[in-house]
Formats: sequence, C-alpha cells, structure tokens
Amino acid sequence: MSVAIITTQDSEPVFHVIDEHDHPEGASTMLGFWIYLMSDCLIFAMLFATYGVLGGNYAAGPAPKDLFDLKLVALNTTMLLLSSITYGFAMLTMEKSRIGATQAWLAITGLFGLAFLGIELTEFAHMIHEGATPQRSAFLSSFFTLVGTHGLHVTFGLVWLVTLMVQTARFGLTEANRRRLMCLSMFWHFLDVVWIGVFTFVYLLGMLR
Amino acid sequence: MTKEAHALEANAGGHGHDAHGGASHGSLQSYLIGFGLSVILTAVPFWLVMTGAIADKQVTALIVLVLAAVQIVVHMVYFLHMNTRSENGWTMMAMIFTVVMVVIALTGSLWVMHHLNINMMPLHDMSQMP
Amino acid sequence: MNPDLVKMVFGRLNLEALPFHEPILVGTFAVVATGGLALFAIVTYFRLWTYLWREWFTTVDHKRIGIMYMILGIVMLLRGFADALMMRLQQAIAFNGSDGYLPAHHYDQIFTAHGVIMIFFVAMPLVTGLMNYVVPLQIGARDVSFPFLNNFSFWMTVGGAVLVMMSLFVGEFARTGWLAYPPLSNIGYSPDVGVDYYIWGLQVAGVGTTLSGINLICTIVKLRAPGMTMMKMPVFTWTSLCTNVLIVASFPVLTAVLALLSLDRYVGTNFFTNDFGGNPMMYVNLIWIWGHPEVYILVLPAFGIFSEVTATFSGKRLFGYTSMVYATVVITILSYLVWLHHFFTMGSGASVNSFFGITTMIISIPTGAKMFNWLFTMYRGRIRFELPMMWTMAFMLTFVIGGMTGVLLAVPPADFVLHNSLFLIAHFHNVIIGGVLFGLFAGINYWFPKAFGFKLDPFWGKLSFWFWVSGFYFAFMPLYVLGLMGVTRRLRVFDDPSLQIWFIIAGFGAFLILLGIVAMLVQFAVSILRREQLKDTTGDPWNARTLEWATSSPPPDYNFAFTPVVYDNDAWWDMKRRGYRRPLTGFRPIHMPSNTGTGIILAGLATVMGFGLIWYIWWLAAVSFVALLAVAIGHTFNYHRDFHIPADEVVRAEEARTRVLAAGAQT
Repeated sequence: MSVAIITTQDSEPVFHVIDEHDHPEGASTMLGFWIYLMSDCLIFAMLFATYGVLGGNYAAGPAPKDLFDLKLVALNTTMLLLSSITYGFAMLTMEKSRIGATQAWLAITGLFGLAFLGIELTEFAHMIHEGATPQRSAFLSSFFTLVGTHGLHVTFGLVWLVTLMVQTARFGLTEANRRRLMCLSMFWHFLDVVWIGVFTFVYLLGMLR
Repeated sequence: MTKEAHALEANAGGHGHDAHGGASHGSLQSYLIGFGLSVILTAVPFWLVMTGAIADKQVTALIVLVLAAVQIVVHMVYFLHMNTRSENGWTMMAMIFTVVMVVIALTGSLWVMHHLNINMMPLHDMSQMP
Repeated sequence: MNPDLVKMVFGRLNLEALPFHEPILVGTFAVVATGGLALFAIVTYFRLWTYLWREWFTTVDHKRIGIMYMILGIVMLLRGFADALMMRLQQAIAFNGSDGYLPAHHYDQIFTAHGVIMIFFVAMPLVTGLMNYVVPLQIGARDVSFPFLNNFSFWMTVGGAVLVMMSLFVGEFARTGWLAYPPLSNIGYSPDVGVDYYIWGLQVAGVGTTLSGINLICTIVKLRAPGMTMMKMPVFTWTSLCTNVLIVASFPVLTAVLALLSLDRYVGTNFFTNDFGGNPMMYVNLIWIWGHPEVYILVLPAFGIFSEVTATFSGKRLFGYTSMVYATVVITILSYLVWLHHFFTMGSGASVNSFFGITTMIISIPTGAKMFNWLFTMYRGRIRFELPMMWTMAFMLTFVIGGMTGVLLAVPPADFVLHNSLFLIAHFHNVIIGGVLFGLFAGINYWFPKAFGFKLDPFWGKLSFWFWVSGFYFAFMPLYVLGLMGVTRRLRVFDDPSLQIWFIIAGFGAFLILLGIVAMLVQFAVSILRREQLKDTTGDPWNARTLEWATSSPPPDYNFAFTPVVYDNDAWWDMKRRGYRRPLTGFRPIHMPSNTGTGIILAGLATVMGFGLIWYIWWLAAVSFVALLAVAIGHTFNYHRDFHIPADEVVRAEEARTRVLAAGAQT
C-alpha cells in the first residue's frame, strides 16, 4: 500500500526531506521518562506481590494490629498529598514563567516531602525499638522493603528537587529545565500513586485482617 | 518543508515542533478538583477502618479497594494529565500494557503461591490436593 | 597490623582469595595476564590511547557503541565456551570410578558461570549490539533517542562482565546454577562471595540493559523518517521494538528479586529463608516471571534477522508482513503467560499446571506462522546461498526440532519425567544455539559489510558454518537420548558405564564447535587482511531492501545527509525501483550529540561500588556511591552536549562517496 509520492517540478520523485529543521532537543524525553516510570511501577508491583504472598507470615511475631498507628499514617498521607498539590502549583507558575513563585512552591513541596520522610522514619524507629525489625519475620521484611523503597524514592526525589532548584536559580526556566521539572513532576505524582497502594494494601487492609 | 512532507512527518514518529512531545498541562481548576477528590477518597477509607463503622470486614475491605482504584484514576487524570492524545497515544498504550503486566504478575503470583503453599507445606492431607 | 583496622579497610578480602592452590586458574591467569599486557603494550606503542578514548570509549554514536557490544559479546563467548569444553571433558571421562579432573567446588562454579556468561554477557550484548547498530539506520534516523544513555548502558554491561570475570581470579563465583535459587544461594548455604559476585554483576549489567530498552523504544516510536508508519517499518525494527518492550517490562522484575535476595544475604531479612515465614518458592516464581520473557528477548531479534535475510537472498518481498507483525506482538504478550512451565514439578497442582501447559503450547503457534512465512518467501524466489542465508537454513531445521521438544516439555506429565534432565539441557541449547546464535551469525555476516566496508571471507565463514552445525548436532542430540534415559543435569560423576559413549560423542561435538569458533576468528582476521579484495564500494553488496543499505559502507557519522522520505515497505527497494538518484547539492549543517566521558566514569564507579559490596568493604561502597551521585548530578549541569557538523564537511563526505561510487561502477 503506497502513499502518493511527492515530486519536484520535473516530476522526479523526492526521497529525502529537503528543508530539514533540527530535531527539537529533548523531543523523546517525556516519553522516555514515562516508560522509565512504567518500569519503576513494575519494581513496586513485585514488592507488592512479595508483600501479598509473605505479608501474612508473622512468624509468631508482631502483626499489623500490634504495630500500625493509623493516625500517624493519615498524617503522612496528608503530607504527601499536599506535596503533590504544591508541586502542581509549581508547574502552573512555571507555565507562566514566574521563577520566584515556582521556586517557592518547589521549596514548600520539599518541606512536605521532608515531613513525610521524618514521620516515616520515626515510625520505623519506633517499630524497631519494639523488636519489630525487618529480620523478625517475612511480614516485616516485606513491609520494611516495600515502604522503605517508596521512602528511598522520595529521598531521591528530594535530592533531584534541590538540584533543580539550584539549576533554575542559576540558569532560569530554560527549555531544558522546564523539561526536567516536568519529569520530576511525573515522578512525584507517581510516588503519590504508589503511596495510595501502600496505605490501602499495607496499612488499611492490614488492620482489617 | 513542503505540505506533504509535513503530513508524512506527522504520520511518522511524531517528532513535531512541540518540544514537550504533546504533554498536557493542568489548570488551577483541574489541580484543585483532583486534590479535593483525593482528600475525600483518602479520608473515607481511613475513617471506615479507624472507626469500624461497617461491621462486615470484607465489605469494608472491598470499599477501601474500590476507592483506592478510583483515587489512582483521579491522580492519573488530574495530576499526571493522562489522556489518549499525549505522545500520539503512546503513553496511554505504555500504561495499559504496564497495568496488564502488573495484573498478570500479581494475580499469577498469588494464585501460584497459594497453590504451592497448600500442596507443599507440611501438616496437610495429601489426598485433599486441589 | 591491627586486625580490626585491616578488616575495616579490606572487608573480607584477603590473600586467600587468590587461587594459588588451583593450577587451572593459575594457568588461565598466566595466559590472560600475558595477553592483556601484550594488548596494553601494543596500544601504548602505537599511541592509540587518545584515539581510543576520543573515538570509541566516549562515543555516543550508535554505530560505534553497537560494534563495541559485538566485540564484548564475542570475547565473552570465548570464556563461556571454555567453560563448556571443560564440562564436556569432565563428563566424558568421569566414569568407572574416575573422579574426573574437576573437583565439585570448581565444577559447580563452571556450570553456573557458563550459563550466566552465555545469557547475560554473550547473547544479550550481541543482540543489543545488532539492534543498536541497525535500527536507527533502518528507520532513517541519525542516532538513538538518548545517545549519552546509550554509551552509559554499554559501559554498565561491561562493568557487570568485569565483575563476573574478576571472580575467576579474586575469590570465586556462585555454585548455585545460573539462576541462584535459594535456600542454596542464601547466606546460610553460600556464605562466600560467589553469590554476591553474581548479584552485583547482574544488577550493574541490568541497569544498562533496562536503560537501553527505554532508549530503543523511544527511538523507534519517535525518530522514524517521514512516511514510515508503524506498518511500513522493516520487520527487524518491529522485532526490536517488541524485544525492547519485553526488556523494559521484565528486567525490573529481575532487579527486584535480586534486591530481595541481597537483602536476605546482607541484612538478614526473611524473604527466601526456610524459617521466620520466608518462602524460597517465591524466588523461583519471581525469577521465572523475568526468565521466560528473557528468552524471547533473545530470540525475537533473531527472528527479525531471518526475515530480513530471507527476503534479501530470495530476491522477494517478505511473505505475510502483517501476519509477521501480529505474530511478533502476540508472542510478546503471551510470553508473560507461560512462566510456570519452568517449575511444573514444584507442586502447584493440576489446575495451575494445566493452565500454564496450555498457554505454553499456544505460544508455539505464532512462531510456526513465522516459519511458514519464511518458507513462502523463499518459494519461487531466486535464492542466493550466501552465508547469511546458509545460517538461516540451518536455523529453520534446528530451531524447529528444538521447538518441538519444547512443546513436548510443555505437557506437564512429560515434564515430570524430563524436568532438569539432559533432555531439558538439549532442548534449550537447541533453541538458543539454533535460534539465537545462528541468527546472530547470520546477522553478523549480513551487516558486517555495512559496518566496515568489506565482506567477511566466505571460505572461512563456510568452514565455520559446517563445523558449528555438525558440532551442534553431535554435541546435543546425545543429550536428548541421555535425558530420556533419566540422566540428571549438572552431574559431575557417573556410575553407569553404558552412558559414557553418549558423553564422548557429545564431547566430540564440542570439539567440532571449537573448530567452528576458531574458524570464525580466522574469518575475521583473514577478512581484515584481504579487505581490499572483499571491499564493497556500493553500500549495498547484497542488493537488499531496507534503508540502511542506502548509506555508504561504513555510513558517515551522521548516517543520512538528508533524512529519507518513505512511501512503502522495503523503502530502499522502493527507491531503487523508482530510479532514485542521490542528491548532490543542498547539504546543510547537521545537528549531532557530543561525545562524553561521563558514561564510562559512572559505570566504573558502579563497578567499584559492586566490588566494595561483594567484599564487605563498606567505606569503598559508600565513597563510590557518593561519587556516583556527584558525577551524575555534575553531568546534568552541562547543558551543551551537542554540536553541528558544518555543511562543507558534509559536502566533502558526500563528494567522496560520489567518487567511490563512480569508481566502483566503472570496474
């Protein structure tokens, strides 16, 4: 099945692009980053699968009911959700090229992210203090790994956030920096999506067992 | 570039002049709607579990799961701006493929491991193997 | 020296890690060290370091990266095959009370290393190398979507290979088989460094592979020439797309499983232990969710190569293009629904086994459809039996046999008898050698002239071919017999003397394959020496059909002076048919990405970090991790990673080609 051929004045078929523009830089970046996020999604899916299979193996040790403080988890979830909306506001001000406002919203997002991590770390410390270490049972191994991997991603996200704030301050909202901020935006919202899975399957369903 | 070449290029890789590759952007309204919905979809499951308002745990679990699924869709639409047009539909295709893989891997693993556990762990009457 | 300080600085690394007491290893080291030093000396003498660094190590050109992948794959083939020879020899002589020459401690590492190296460091790099070289040219692009990531991916693969090779001389390798099942691979039964070398070698290489997968998907989706819709892409590009989708959708699973195993080993978690709620069966389940798509990652590009080769050397358009594409996509999806057939015997019961047995049988159907399409392409064609076509014919016969034994194994009751027997070993070598390796050899012979401007010597190539094909049958058909008679895999010593003859025949087959490999190496050498006689000046020595043959051989750095416009399948054939003439004027500056050293530096740091983690040298691991982050972040502060090739340089290159073409036309 052929398409009608482009021809020149003299009806010679044209097999090459005559008036070529450079490829816009970073044309593949958004799709590439999205596909990377899908692969990251799969890693989390495997950790969820492991939690699903091993999460009931308490080995006569502490179970969710003995350990989870849903009030703290609700607070944590709020921190992350707020950080998502503040990042959204940062994207809106970035669209309008307002550097100062963008930096401010990014900083607030970072603070909410730090709060999330801080609360999570105190939760972990408390559990370990009570003897509920990752080594105690398969349930605890999979809990700490799943929730901890999410926390590690948040940590990397914060490092990336700070780096982008420095780069935006130095070079402004260039095309490249906008692309990077949009990638971090996808990453940040994706982490919030994973957290929905975590608080549902681990914490809420754990308390319902 | 000639008109025909433009048309051909649009047909091909989609390396058009939009440097964002067709990524969508939100508006203040969509972010606020998404946020509002997320708050509700988070608060309700937490409230249900923390207060034990519904006596039947299985029903509670089901509601919690459904609301989580809905909230994920809310995040996808309002925060991640998922739509069928972005990147000529490739982001949607990638996501659907990933979802299918995740469902297969999760349900497959749970099914397989459940059977293995029942058949292969001790204190079990072998004549009752499924 | 204070022993605590020594332990802090060196971790568990000490002089005992060096294999002074193993004569085979001492001998191997002597050879490798001599060869390595000689190579180092030659490069230094000819002052090639600057050239190598600037033109090869830091390149972001997909063509050069592709060539480097191929070199890595072929070098590692020699190591992996040496392992095979050692095993064949041991199994041929260990009868009638003889213990053979390999103690168990050594033998177990050999079969583990053989599998790991052949899959991860031979097949994967060769496949990735060909896809890297060919796909951008086939779609009319100038490079891949992410050229820097491409360079980084290559060096990460090298880093993984370095870690595995290092285990030969410093410490030891895993003794668990190539998939390292727990509880054997857990810290209790494998407290030494072997499994850690395995884990970190694969994690480092795995990052490279996953990123490469993302890269090639974006390239194929976004960078196709105008007019090349999805259904006008060459079949090799289609199979590459599906392969890279499989890579992105399966390697994360391997990353996760190996991470869980490493947590068990380093931190004492209980994922795969026998107590505290752990479940080793979960490892087997997860690793095969990765493992089955992996074998399709290996074979789909080979199918693509056969499609290109068959059409070219039959002088006919490929039969059933649409059904080829659909078959490939169906295989991609179905490959996720069969993984349990690797552990039918683990006890999941009739319902689970039946489901997966049926899906396994179904997945053979699209492959069968492809086979018929190739045959119908050949039917009434004018077939030229050049080397690529010879390899294709050998593939058709060999792979079908292997596929049939696969369908036999798909029947759970049959598998209960044959699982982990030599029948299984024969089956997967049948499909991997007959399918993947023959495909790679076809691809190498087919595209070598494109990459280097001269063909490979046909005489030595045919010699290699006949040694390989006959060697394969002598080496593996006896294994089918042995498997049916009940012989288990990975055995080192045998009691039943009636089995020995089969092992001797298999050993003879391995010897023939050795000759085949030697002939192939001679083929490379002879071809380089005789390159003037084997030269191709047209850029299209086979009268082929797809866009890569429109360029010169080798192509210029920028691939195409003007991006092609495509109207039909077999775009180059279409151009030739319609009287295409090369444009001779109107060249413009071309936008290209710049070389960078960041990739090799990051991969080097990752390898050092792996080494630190393996030997419990925590400070080294921490320092290299921080350095890794710092270099990566520092790299992002460089916003100017591109340049333009000036128009007059393009003019010069194109005029040179015009002269070469004219001179060639006159002879």
